[in-house]
This record gives sequence, C-alpha cells and structure tokens, in this order.
Amino acid sequence: MMVTIGVLAVQGDFEEHMAMLETLGVEVKDVRLPRDLHGIDGIILPGGESTAMTTIMLRRGMWDALKKAFEEGLPAYGTCAGSILLAKDIGAGSDRVKPFGMIDMVIERNAYGRQIASREVFLEEHELGEDEPLHAVFIRAPRIVKVGPAVKVLATYDGDPVLVREGNFLASTFHPELTDDYRVHEYFVKMVKGEV
Amino acid sequence: MVEYYGTDRLKRGLAQMLKGGVIMDVTTPEQAVIAEEAGAVAVMALERVPADIRKEGGVARMADPKIVEEIRDAVSIPVMAKVRIGHFTEALILQSLEVDFIDESEVLTPADEKYHIDKKEFAVPFVCGARNLGEALRRIAEGAAMIRTKGEAGTGNVVEAVKHMRTMNEQIKRVVLADDEELIVLAKEWGAPLYLLEEVRELGRLPVVNFAAGGIATPADAALMMWLGSDGVFVGSGIFKSNNPRERARAIVEAVTYWREPEILAEVSKGLGEAMKGIDVSKLSEEELLQNRGW
Repeated sequence: MMVTIGVLAVQGDFEEHMAMLETLGVEVKDVRLPRDLHGIDGIILPGGESTAMTTIMLRRGMWDALKKAFEEGLPAYGTCAGSILLAKDIGAGSDRVKPFGMIDMVIERNAYGRQIASREVFLEEHELGEDEPLHAVFIRAPRIVKVGPAVKVLATYDGDPVLVREGNFLASTFHPELTDDYRVHEYFVKMVKGEV
Repeated sequence: MVEYYGTDRLKRGLAQMLKGGVIMDVTTPEQAVIAEEAGAVAVMALERVPADIRKEGGVARMADPKIVEEIRDAVSIPVMAKVRIGHFTEALILQSLEVDFIDESEVLTPADEKYHIDKKEFAVPFVCGARNLGEALRRIAEGAAMIRTKGEAGTGNVVEAVKHMRTMNEQIKRVVLADDEELIVLAKEWGAPLYLLEEVRELGRLPVVNFAAGGIATPADAALMMWLGSDGVFVGSGIFKSNNPRERARAIVEAVTYWREPEILAEVSKGLGEAMKGIDVSKLSEEELLQNRGW
C-alpha cells in the first residue's frame, strides 16, 4: 500500500524528516497551509520551537485545520517540539504553546535543562522489535512526567517514558531524524498503514 | 547508561531545530518577550544593536552577564550571545551562564587578529559569520556548528548578505563538479580544509546549517534570502530600529515560513511603517566594513 505522509513545515527540522521518509520509500509532502493537508495519510510534527510553531500555525488557520484532521483520525508522529504539541497537558509557564491534546500525558518543556544538558544515549529499554539499542538524541528535550492509562510506553530513558503511543498518535521526546536509526519512522509508517 | 554531551550531532542538531526560523537581536528582557511572542526561534542577547555600535563607535564587547541572564530568564526559547573574535574567555563566561549558542562575531571589536576561538573545546555550540565557502569551512574546522553570512551588519542593506550567499552557492556548485585534483587546487585557493571540501561535494551543501545575516530589514529581504537557500534568518537592527517592532517581527517570521507565497508576503508587508533608515554600503570605507574582521 502506497501512503503519503506530510511533514509540518512551518518551522523546524522538517527537511530531515522528509529525507528520512523518502529513504523509506514513502511519498512525502511539506505542509504549511490548511490546503496542504489534502491527500495525506499521516503527518509528522518535527523538532523545532513549539512557541514559534504555535504562533505561526494560529495565524493562518493551520492550528484549527490540524486539530480537526486529528479529531477525524489523521495519524501523527511528533518529535520533541512535536511531542509537546500532541500532549494534553504541558504543565505551567507555557502560555505561548497551544497543544492539540491528542495524547493523555503531562509533558514539561526543556525539563532536562538548557543546551549544555542536551545528550545522546543508546536506549536498551524499547519495544521496537530488534535487540539493537535505540539511538536517542535529546536536544533541550521535554520530559514526559505522567502518562494516562490508555498510553502505551514504547521506550524509556532513566525511567521516563520517551516514546509513547495513544491510538493514532505517536510521540518521542528525542530526534531519530538526526540519526541513522530508521526504526521509529518505520514504525510510524506501519501505523499509518494500519499494520501496527 | 553512557550519556554523551557536547557532541557535534548535538551542537549541529540545535541549529537544525532553528531552521525555517528567525533569530532576533534583543537588548532588554522586554524586547526578548516581544521577539518570542512574534514567533522568533531564538534571541541574540547583546548590549547594543549593530546600528548603534556603528554609530557610537568605541570597543564593542560581550554584553554584561546581568543583561544576558535577565534575557535568558525572560523567555523559553534558546538564547544566544556574542563574543569578540578570538576572545575565548568571554566564551567561557557565556558557557558558564548556560547560554544555548555563542556567536563569535565580527560585529564586536576583534580581540585576536590572528586566531579564532578553538570552538571544539566547548560544550556549547558556536555560530560564525562567513563571506564565502573557504571562510565557512575554516570556521567549521575550528568547531562552528552553524554558519551565517556576514552581510554588513547595522546597515539595513541586504546587498552584502546576498553577495555572500550567492558566492557560497556558486562555490558549492564548483565543488560538486570538481574531481579530486581540482579539489586540492580549490583547497589551496580558498584556504579550505580538503576533508571538508570532500564532505561538501558529497552533500551538495554545507555540512552545517547556514543562516542569512547582516542587513535584513524587511519581510521581502528575509524571503529573498530564503529563496537563495538560507536555512533561516538573523535580524539584528532591522526590528528594534524600525517604527513598529512588534508588527515587523511578526511579518518577518511569516516571510521566512511562507517565502514561496508572494500573496502572503504582500499581505504581511502592508502598513508596517518605516523600516530602519539604512546605509549605502558602497559609501562605507574599508575600515568601516565589519565583514572584513576575521578571515
């Protein structure tokens, strides 16, 4: 089955996600305006600044159009800033970020610290099939502090959930698009195809 | 579990997160909040914007750490700050303040006429200015995680940023078509490390994110730089030296997302009031050109 996956391209590392999807043989489309949502089977919300993305999306109807698409079942995968946008609760002090509330979790922005605390790790605790550890790049990363009962935790780092899924929505607080590890993107493509 | 900090991937990665965005010069926490509200992806904390540095003269240094801290604490987006070329002690101070990115900048008065900072020694990523591919690759060899055109800061005139971006694009095209012996000649001519030229040939672009900077004053300027292949835009004096900073900041943010949509550019450019006055760069003497600082 051929699928087309959109990548939200209002700001952030959308090109890196598009390159990764192209390598996996998926049709890819950049999404900046509501009209671009036409004909996509899933969407990736990339890394970047969740404040900037929110501000830009709210100005041209993109936020409302995406919210409606999510409610109608459009699958989505958010990395870092994108994971914040998918969360139900972003804690205190983030009034310039308006999340879509699609995953029942509490997530805190920049909770591991500033850039100097950014880190790369190889996660042993994950459920993406193979035994190989998952290469996880955390950049000014948010921290998932609580997940609801319907949320499936697919990977953890130091006890914190870092890759989670609820129904059609997948989120990672790290950036697989900055590595050569394609497994999370492969998993999302399978999700879009209804295979997992 | 082994944790790796300060790797090239993490440093370059933060720059990748800023792509498609606008980084704004700010001198107060209030300006930083305006920038964040307008949709800036980061702010550059400094004491004086380039236009004022140009006007007032004197030695331009790293900002007072108190100002840097106040700006850092006022916003949730990444905070950058400038150090003088070669002044690694200023950089160590900024690293201790946990700024997210350091700009080793020709806008400040150079502290070292021969050496740039050995940026590989730092955990915090650096951005540096460049006028051409050789200069960009020398900075990357020193550890820069991000490049920006030098342009001509504080002029409100985009002509130099255009020249620098066009030069880099032309040179990258030459590299892509070069065979091995030509690459060695280019390495010699441009003073560029051969291993980085080989990387550029393979990638067809710089190995790090490349922003436009130095003279961007309008949404149309920003969109022009995006068309020329910039990954994003720095706006220095252009915002807070204009009549209507809030609206202009918003408009430039939209121009960097919707650079391919002339209708949107027209709409956001309407009624912004006067842009900063600007300077004809050809009227500046060699000594007045900031871009000639560093090599």
